[in-house]
Amino acid sequence: MVLELHKPRPVWQIMFSTHHTDVGLLYLITSLGFLFLGGALALAIRAELFFPGSQIIADSMTFNRMFTVHGTTLIFLFILPSASAVGNYFVPIMVRYKDMAYPKLNAIAFWMIPPGGALIWLGFADFTWYATPPYSVISAPGPAADMWIFGLKILGVSSILGAINFVVTILKCKHPDMSIGQVPLLAWSFLSSSLIILVALPTFAAALLMLLTDRMGVSGFFNPVMGGDPIAYAHLFWFTFHPEVYVLVIPAIGMMYEIIPRFSRRPIFSHSSGVAAFVILAIVGFSSWAHHMYATGMSFTEKTVFMVGTLAAVPASAMHVFNFLATMWGGRIRFSTPMMWAVGGIALFFSAGAGGVVNSAMPLDFVTHDSYWVVGHFHLFVMGTIAFGTIGYVYYMFPYVTGRMYHEALGKVHFVLAMVGTVMVFFTQHVLGLFGMPRRIYDYPPIPEWVAMNQIATIGAMLIGISMAIWLGNMIYSSGRGREANMEDPFGLGGKYYYPHQQKNPVH
Amino acid sequence: MGEHSNWPEWVYIGVVVALLCWVGAEAWNVERLVEHIPEDAKTIKVVGQQWFWTFEHEDGTKEIGELHLETGKAYRFEITSTDVIHSFNIHDYVVLLDAVPGRVNTVWFAPTEAGVYDIQCREYCGLIHYNMRGTLYVEDPT
Repeated sequence: MVLELHKPRPVWQIMFSTHHTDVGLLYLITSLGFLFLGGALALAIRAELFFPGSQIIADSMTFNRMFTVHGTTLIFLFILPSASAVGNYFVPIMVRYKDMAYPKLNAIAFWMIPPGGALIWLGFADFTWYATPPYSVISAPGPAADMWIFGLKILGVSSILGAINFVVTILKCKHPDMSIGQVPLLAWSFLSSSLIILVALPTFAAALLMLLTDRMGVSGFFNPVMGGDPIAYAHLFWFTFHPEVYVLVIPAIGMMYEIIPRFSRRPIFSHSSGVAAFVILAIVGFSSWAHHMYATGMSFTEKTVFMVGTLAAVPASAMHVFNFLATMWGGRIRFSTPMMWAVGGIALFFSAGAGGVVNSAMPLDFVTHDSYWVVGHFHLFVMGTIAFGTIGYVYYMFPYVTGRMYHEALGKVHFVLAMVGTVMVFFTQHVLGLFGMPRRIYDYPPIPEWVAMNQIATIGAMLIGISMAIWLGNMIYSSGRGREANMEDPFGLGGKYYYPHQQKNPVH
Repeated sequence: MGEHSNWPEWVYIGVVVALLCWVGAEAWNVERLVEHIPEDAKTIKVVGQQWFWTFEHEDGTKEIGELHLETGKAYRFEITSTDVIHSFNIHDYVVLLDAVPGRVNTVWFAPTEAGVYDIQCREYCGLIHYNMRGTLYVEDPT
């Protein structure tokens, strides 16, 4: 909410509000809270792996539960809600409407997140965020596993409600003078990711129910002992969650589309190419799900089809990178904190994409599959691209949310430490994978290369941890005591470059 | 937009697409060659279960946690599982295939150098997944 701290309101007024900025604020605070919780688990995991043998975590089951909840938390309770936070604040403004299309539905979608998150954290399941049967059916201890299933079910419904709201807001509530082609790219990113959710998510919703009845012993969809097929679950899961990767990354790209032109002080190189790339990604994202399953014993033909489908998604991603670089080319760039995060995110997005081409090539996938390479690869997306874009955007919207400025130097320190840390952790993990270390292991034999690389990765993770602590301190301090922001031009870009200053939405 | 020409973007996309075509074609070709199992390959039945590997040679001898093979011969692994999904992996020879209960997956390799290699499980399978390891002994034929 604009200038929240100038006109303090009782907290329940914000909690029971349906105004898009209030719901956005709730999304933002919740998602950042879960970012720190999930990040703390990551630090514990890295500390455990610093030496071979048992360090700080008592047993492998606890470790397995921790990486499961780490992954589930950061995907479903940080990345998705933080994107919704940005969407709530900005999509109605960008399409020039007074609020989201369905304000009450919006609040309901948010309020499904705390119970979902509570089920996941109180259960603390151990079967990885992928919940693969038959392990999840016959072996995973309850009630943790069942609580995870119910938690994901609730979060899935929340995503679908949010997606419906964004689609209707953008398509039906945009200002009549505004053609769909003129809708800003950030709003376009929410339109495409919401459409992906609506098509992809029902499959996983079905798979979750089948998993639950399998666990109860009344069905055997994925249990070979009862005539089921565990590979069917893999198909249902990845049919949702490969497109979901694009659901996660597209809003982050949209946020970069907001930051890059403003801090380059140039219009975007090609608005239409950005729109085209979003639409292409949303479509071809559905042609690649089984590239996660080469090693399950797929035929040569199947593997070829999904390799081609995967490679087809690369040109659209490359179009985004080109668009960013072409916008910055010849621009008068000001490297304020949001710009640094966006540019760092683009560099890591490119690296992640290059690694993805390696994974999709069939023979190479058998080197990288389920090794630490894959851990490094997707973390370059979820941390390097999505979290970097989101954190940059949180800095960018900080004056809009609080009316105050964050500490600029600390913001830059945060970026530098996090960038160095990210490179140290995730590039090293790629190499560690090439040396054969499997993912999801509590302990490892003292192979000298493995030990050395795990230690580099752990030190990098601690750097990220320190940088995030600096960020937290900066946000808390600056939102109360920071210098007042010039709302016309908080970043001193010269001119009315700051989007939100145009906002006219009344509070209700 | 339309004020500026977009030809650099088209050139760039062309280069990207060409590179991807090359990667795809090369991968297709290599995988086709790699998957061709020699006819004289000896069959080893591999069974994964929580949390160890069992091997059965063609002559019926069984080994648990250890596998003894000879250089210069091709071996065909027929991999399955009795409980949950595991993944049979000899990293040094890029042998990797899931052990899925209810199906038999086939992969082959031909060890070239005598030595001791690690066998490990690469798909999460529960409590002792981290230590579901075995040892491959490759010996020169006597």
